[in-house]
Amino acid sequence: MNNLTTYLAISAALFILGVLAMMTRKNAVSVLMGVELVLNAAGLNFVAFSRYGAGNLNGQAAALFIMIVAAAEAAVALAIFLNLYRLKATAEVNKADSLKW
Amino acid sequence: MELLKQIVFFLFVALTLASAMVVVFHKRIIYSAFALLFTFFGVAALYVYLAADFLAASQVLIYVGGILTLIIFGVFLTARITTLEIPDETHQRYIALIPVVLLGVGLFWMIYTTPWGSVVRPVEPTTKDLGKLLLTDYLVPFEVASMLLLAALIGAMRLARFYKGTDD
Repeated sequence: MNNLTTYLAISAALFILGVLAMMTRKNAVSVLMGVELVLNAAGLNFVAFSRYGAGNLNGQAAALFIMIVAAAEAAVALAIFLNLYRLKATAEVNKADSLKW
Repeated sequence: MELLKQIVFFLFVALTLASAMVVVFHKRIIYSAFALLFTFFGVAALYVYLAADFLAASQVLIYVGGILTLIIFGVFLTARITTLEIPDETHQRYIALIPVVLLGVGLFWMIYTTPWGSVVRPVEPTTKDLGKLLLTDYLVPFEVASMLLLAALIGAMRLARFYKGTDD
């Protein structure tokens, strides 16, 4: 059972859950959690292909870069949420509609 | 022994997916944040099963130690903390199902109909080879990533800082 298909199915399930969180959640921090789930799914895919597909370590290096980008993105996103909270006194994404005419 | 390995594997898969579902569907955002902890640990365990020892350790250090702490700080800083029951409403719940179901059907159809190759990399320590790879083939992306981290560090501090007396 431990083959490439199993891991791809797990990561597809994680990806779908992350997309669902991004689309349905109102709080911006929950949306960020959905993004993290999607990034984890992508990393899992890379590592699975590194083990079963190509047979070299390039996939693991790509997963490492995904982690770095996820860390940078989380820091900047939370700084933006803090500003949003300061301006609008809410962290809900549908309240940030100043550009909407 | 092989059977035990399989049972533990499926326990970890169940832990990962169940806690990811808690992240997506729980009404209270603190519960979601703590469920995300178990998702990250589950993914780290799957990395161990995929013979990626260095990545499993980095997953625990970076995601659990860094990103999750940051997310929990974010929850507390953007909510009025009178109670831990910070609710999180959902919106567009039914219309979101359409693209998600389409995406899921497409992904699983692709996964189960594609004939994947079956080259299996042997189980061996990866840290040394990964380090060599980062300083040879991936040297430029490595440097760009360090610049990205520096820029994100400065940018996040600049954005999150409170300036007294200005509207900035």
